[in-house]
Amino acid sequence: MLSVLAKRLVQSALILFGVAAITFVLLYALPADPARMLAGRSATAQTVANIRHELGLDQPLLVQFMHYIGGLVQGDLGRSYAQKTEVITLIFARLPATLTLMAAGILIEVIIGVTLGTLAALNRGRFIDRAVMTTAFVGVSAPQFVVALLLLYVFAATLGWFPMSGYGTLSHVVLPAATLGILGAGWYARMVRSAVVDVLNQDYVRTARAKGLSQRRIILRHVLPNAVLPIIAMIGIDIGQFMGGVVVVEAVYGWPGIGQLAWQAIQQVDIPIIMGVTLTSALAIIIGNLIADFLAPVIDPRIRSN
Amino acid sequence: MRVLKEICRQPTALFGLAVVLIVILMAIAAPLIAPFNPDEQMFDGLTLEGAPMPPGSQFLLGTDTLGRDLFSRMLFGARTSLIIGLVANGIAVAIGLFVGITAGYMRGWAGNLLMRFTDLMMAFPALLLAIVLAALLKPSLWIVAMVIALVNWVQVARIVYTETRGLVERDFILAERSLGAGHGRILLLHILPHLVPTAIVWGTLGIATTVLLEATLSFLGIGVQPPNPSWGNIIFESQSYFQAAPWLVFFPGAVILLTALAFNLVGDALRDILDPTQRGRG
Repeated sequence: MLSVLAKRLVQSALILFGVAAITFVLLYALPADPARMLAGRSATAQTVANIRHELGLDQPLLVQFMHYIGGLVQGDLGRSYAQKTEVITLIFARLPATLTLMAAGILIEVIIGVTLGTLAALNRGRFIDRAVMTTAFVGVSAPQFVVALLLLYVFAATLGWFPMSGYGTLSHVVLPAATLGILGAGWYARMVRSAVVDVLNQDYVRTARAKGLSQRRIILRHVLPNAVLPIIAMIGIDIGQFMGGVVVVEAVYGWPGIGQLAWQAIQQVDIPIIMGVTLTSALAIIIGNLIADFLAPVIDPRIRSN
Repeated sequence: MRVLKEICRQPTALFGLAVVLIVILMAIAAPLIAPFNPDEQMFDGLTLEGAPMPPGSQFLLGTDTLGRDLFSRMLFGARTSLIIGLVANGIAVAIGLFVGITAGYMRGWAGNLLMRFTDLMMAFPALLLAIVLAALLKPSLWIVAMVIALVNWVQVARIVYTETRGLVERDFILAERSLGAGHGRILLLHILPHLVPTAIVWGTLGIATTVLLEATLSFLGIGVQPPNPSWGNIIFESQSYFQAAPWLVFFPGAVILLTALAFNLVGDALRDILDPTQRGRG
């Protein structure tokens, strides 16, 4: 177990290094020039050259990259070009907002997804099943920004139940979390349905039925606990998805998370922040997968014994 | 033929197919159907206060903030979405097939390296990568297509890889090899044909993902650039106005949803039909 963990950690570190290398080369190769951006439109060539030198952008790619990696292994993500602050500080300042949104979004996804998925599986082949699965398809096909604007229009602009944008209270988190949750619930519903259908065909469920257990007890005690593994795996994937995917939702709702940080940085060609957020997202994807992998044997003894 | 018959038996798949055909028709016949020039800012296209016209008899779906006919713009927007959908997803499936087959067929370091690279790409936050690339490159229709292809091939590669690995182990490949067939012959005549269903299914499902991604990039203002109409940039251009003129957001939004839904429904039905192991399940 420990050696597996060690191996996975080394692999994860390598993947992170790879993501850093690819992103670095891509950002370096792109035609956008951060020095010119920072200097402003009316700057002379000399000013731009000075800024470029100050940022170390006049050095060869390899030197810049070694410098960056040298900092990275010490937990130093460099300094923002535009804000002159440590990138790591900026990211940590924004992280709580995104994590709140993520937790609330995943909670909504799981509640809706598990309920609908179970409902569909129990009524397999009937009208409810088809209705739920079609709804799930609509959910996975809906563009995030349209749903975000729709919820804003109905619940904030028209009904006035929730604020249009901002951050701080519980009512601020409802609409952005609902946007993420409603859309993601479609995936959960589909997956939970097939997991529950599989479990329902097992002998132990037939036994439970034969000995006269109530439907409610069968589902809560025997079916759902056995269908929980794919849900855990899904949440693991989601943790990563959310980190890189909240740009749109945070932009629409003015949510001050790392998605917004990234979006502002992209517009200012603030490369250290873009690098930092990309790496944070990649790290989240890796951690999410690790959690799913290592939680599985903790939850399911059958995997542990193998 | 069999495929078509099976699709007609499932009401949801049939609905999807119908919508796909309508969207294709909209895109092809846009100049014939469109009541107005999509780029023309009309004098009577705005109210006296200078606001967009709501849907009505003259302008079927209303006008946008510049007094252009929304219906006409959406028809031409269908072209944008479909072109990007087909090109970007076609490239993504091609890259995915190439990487997946090569890695699955070649053992040893080359195949391994390709798969490790694919794993690496799986750890990339795809949407963020697409946004960064699209924003920092000079956006155009083809750049957007390239960016989308660049982030979308990974999933196809993984699936094709797994399938190829399975195929390589099968007896008929061994038989072919012992008869002295070369790699090229085995790959082209025996491996590739078996992957056609996978390519078709992902070619269809992927269009849904692509249409959504294009709309998202255009909505952020870094996709297809105005005045070229795209469903995403119609919303981008009018989002600050959406409380007063919600139709400018919701008509294109509904069309994006319907199109993605349709391709998803057809793709899902194709997966059930073309994959015999899935038949009778679910």
